[in-house]
Amino acid sequence: MEELDVEPAITNIPAASDGKHLGFAWGPGDILAYETLYKASSGAKGSGCSFIHEVRKDEDIYSPILRKLFNESHHIFVGLQTIKEDLPSKNKKPQFVSISKNYRSVIRACMEELQQVAVSTKDAKVAMQYGNQVSILLAIELIWNLAEVLFIDSAPAGSLLLHLLDWVRLHKADVDEKATEVLQSESPAEHKDYWDVVLSYVMQGRLEESRQMLVKQATLHPAPRSMYKLMDTLLSKMPFYNPGGNQTLTEYDVKWRHWHEEVDRCLQDNSFASNKHLEIICRILVGDEDTLLEHKELLGTWYHFLVTRLLFSHPTVQPTELHYYAQSCMTMFLDSRSVPEPLDNILLAAFEFDIHQVIKECSIALNNWWFVAHLTDLLDHCKLLQSHNVHFGSNLREFLLLEYASGLFTHHSLWQLAVDYFDHCPDLGRVYLELQIERVPLNTERKALKVLRICEQRQMSEQVRSICKIMAMRALKNNRLGSALSWSIRAKDAAFATLISERFLQDYCARGTFSDLDLIDNLGPAMLLSDRLTFLGKYREFHRLYGEKRFGEAAKLLLSLMTAKIAPRSFWMTLLTDALPLLEQKEVIFSAGQTYELMFCLEELTSSLSSVAPATDGTMQDEDIEQTKVELLRLALARNLAMAIVKEGTVST
Amino acid sequence: MESVNAKYVSQKISKTRWQPVSHSTLQQPDIFATGSWDNEDNKISLWSIGNPGSSSLDDGFEGDPQLLCEHKHDGDVLDLQFLDQDKIVTTSSTGAVTIFRHHQNSQTISVSQRWPGVHCYPCDNAPCTGVVCSSPEIVTVGEDGRIVVFRADQEGVVRVIENADSSTIHAVTYLRTTEILTVNSIGQLKLWDFRQQSNSPSQILSLSGDRVPLHCVDRHPNQQHIVATGGQDGMLCVWDIRQGSAPFSLMEAHSAEMWEIHFHPSNPDHLFTCSEDGSLLHWETSAQSDMPSFLQGGRNNSMTSRSAMAPAGGNQSLISAWLSGDSSKSRVETTHMLPSQTLSVNSLDVLGQCLVCGTDGEAIFVNRQVPV
Repeated sequence: MEELDVEPAITNIPAASDGKHLGFAWGPGDILAYETLYKASSGAKGSGCSFIHEVRKDEDIYSPILRKLFNESHHIFVGLQTIKEDLPSKNKKPQFVSISKNYRSVIRACMEELQQVAVSTKDAKVAMQYGNQVSILLAIELIWNLAEVLFIDSAPAGSLLLHLLDWVRLHKADVDEKATEVLQSESPAEHKDYWDVVLSYVMQGRLEESRQMLVKQATLHPAPRSMYKLMDTLLSKMPFYNPGGNQTLTEYDVKWRHWHEEVDRCLQDNSFASNKHLEIICRILVGDEDTLLEHKELLGTWYHFLVTRLLFSHPTVQPTELHYYAQSCMTMFLDSRSVPEPLDNILLAAFEFDIHQVIKECSIALNNWWFVAHLTDLLDHCKLLQSHNVHFGSNLREFLLLEYASGLFTHHSLWQLAVDYFDHCPDLGRVYLELQIERVPLNTERKALKVLRICEQRQMSEQVRSICKIMAMRALKNNRLGSALSWSIRAKDAAFATLISERFLQDYCARGTFSDLDLIDNLGPAMLLSDRLTFLGKYREFHRLYGEKRFGEAAKLLLSLMTAKIAPRSFWMTLLTDALPLLEQKEVIFSAGQTYELMFCLEELTSSLSSVAPATDGTMQDEDIEQTKVELLRLALARNLAMAIVKEGTVST
Repeated sequence: MESVNAKYVSQKISKTRWQPVSHSTLQQPDIFATGSWDNEDNKISLWSIGNPGSSSLDDGFEGDPQLLCEHKHDGDVLDLQFLDQDKIVTTSSTGAVTIFRHHQNSQTISVSQRWPGVHCYPCDNAPCTGVVCSSPEIVTVGEDGRIVVFRADQEGVVRVIENADSSTIHAVTYLRTTEILTVNSIGQLKLWDFRQQSNSPSQILSLSGDRVPLHCVDRHPNQQHIVATGGQDGMLCVWDIRQGSAPFSLMEAHSAEMWEIHFHPSNPDHLFTCSEDGSLLHWETSAQSDMPSFLQGGRNNSMTSRSAMAPAGGNQSLISAWLSGDSSKSRVETTHMLPSQTLSVNSLDVLGQCLVCGTDGEAIFVNRQVPV
């Protein structure tokens, strides 16, 4: 047994009171729970609860807004799978980054819509539910973005920090709201949040914006103008690495150190001593950790602290050194008392470049496989997961995709999306699909056709047969013989076609006319599917020929049905009876040879009938009728034979 | 592709239809209706694309269809037609036919008339697969092989043709005011004349041999003898009802079931088809050999005219480009109208320069600059 990573969550089944026993059954995604009696033998006395409870693992799948996420990401997923394998991996990186951005923009769009709905709804409980979903999506997007920077884009030293700054700016956007609020007030420089905004800008490395803010203060206090001027120079001179330029990292490092010393000098000679705000800015610029920690509430999170600290102390940080700073920032930022939350652990694992830990923690923390499945798939395409195999299923990517797709398949409508996910799981996807697709409820033919198309495209002949059979059985149950026959022809199900042909023939015997002529007349090559179906088609052809008064052809066909053993023996009597009117025609239709053959058929039939055990009393009357029929036939045959011999004799002489 | 707008709507769309615009004004359509399928609660919804000329909605959402109103629908919406400006007829997988009324002033929908279970088996309801209407007459067909005729102004059923087909009837359309055409799942096209009291078709046309199920049918808006159908193999068939019982020409179109086919109502040299394979095709035929130059890129020419049946006499210019058998003179150009996508396009409708389609990917695509 493997150790559990977390305690499993407990779900209470509402109706199950104390002392009652519950039974359950696993579904692909959900569990059915029902109340059961402990002792089966003691006689079912106590009235059990008649409810079956459906325990859902994942409620998100039923949210109409999140459905858009599933649908849009499905499209991106399919696009990702078709990226050519043969391209050199270097050329693929920009493609992967853009796919990652597409995924993120879908998350963002979804988040914005959820936010709008959460604001506009009046029901507090619903609003809270939407609010929760928003915060989950926010966290997902945060993690995804970091994974994109660190793993997919794998930015080198220098540009790494720039990406991290963008990451923090994107997820700490409340500065901008505050800034607009300040700027729209009557005198921005006197606004209570003024300095917060300036500091926040500085800490996010948005120095241009902070300078613009500072100008407002400088115009208000003309006296220490030189001081503002000095700060403005410091801010404007701070060098940023330009990854596209021709400057090397070492050159940049030298330049940055030079600037850093200059800031340090200003701090040492107390240039800003008379203005505590500017003093703080200066301390931040020099990378003073204590000053930064004093402004925790402006930073908000430890990872913001990390990025700000890197910006002002180690702008050329190597990806490999990240985890050291991340760990120390987290311990410095969080109180010794507070326990790190799952999100903190996930981000820390990301900074440690421990991809599997990230995926594992996410799988535990989130109730939905959407995120881990798509992220893992993308990382796998980037060839970042090669070495890892799980001891269940085939590999991590496939395991997560299968879980996600199975979840989709339990949904009444999203099951169609799951098919493409199964397609891209080379090891077990097909087996999963085969098992699931047969269980899709088919309420209309159109849906059945869609399911059939899925199966046929993948050469799943077993499932095609089974679906056609279901549809054929249903049609048969509803007395739609034509439909049933069409379905069994599509499934190439000879046994069932035989069964239905039998029903058609029974109907004919009972009513004397054929139903569904439009179908039977147009069987074409499909007729050859089963012997009985061939007989049905040919027998109908006989009737048509007879109706069109093409007696010669009709007679020939009728005879061949018996001599070629196409007609079942039980039907011979009917066929022979059908021959009666032909025998009674004025002109000779059956030749002498044909008449002999007919007589042979009749004798064979009567001898086989008499060899069967004698009939019981109840059928005496039937037997009489049969007897009369046989005698009539014999008479007609004998008369026809005589006429045929005479006619043939006349012709030959 | 810039003029194509996609909107995700959280329900698989089975049908899309434009609200008719009056013929006198040359305005573009603004409102369309959609029906969903396979959901626990299916809906019919009305959307506005905010075209100029419509009073509703501000232009802040340029291009994005906005939901006007919706109403719950029992069972999958299998077909949907506008009876007139504000009445919509839907058919359901539960065998019911419903008329919904759109109240333009309050932007709401209500049920105005309903016939439950008109399509049924001896002991169960049968899905009603198609409807066609010419106000006030409504004709529906179903998996039970029945044809049922209603009038919007009468409560009861006007006429039922039992066992009109031994297999499922997939679609229906008017040929003339008293004649309808149905297509079924064994590749037959049946012509019914309501002036006759008999319960058998006045003509049966069929694909030779292979019995490929037909899923959709549309009639040429000006020349009533020209009919186009699409079926399970994705082939486009053009039929001349006057001549022969086999299709006039077969063209390879889609790689899976063709779900809908529509001639452009005012410019019938253009034809639109959509399919289970996730594509939407624009077909253009022209009798001249010189092609208009505005249709460039992304085309494949795949005409395989089956026969060169000479059109019987008459004025050459009156003969539709669809039936000019001489393939050296007539060309059919096809253009893909959607960006690559994998899930089925279930329905399309085209009116004026606007085209709308709905998919199993839960998206609606609106194109407002169809080159016709």
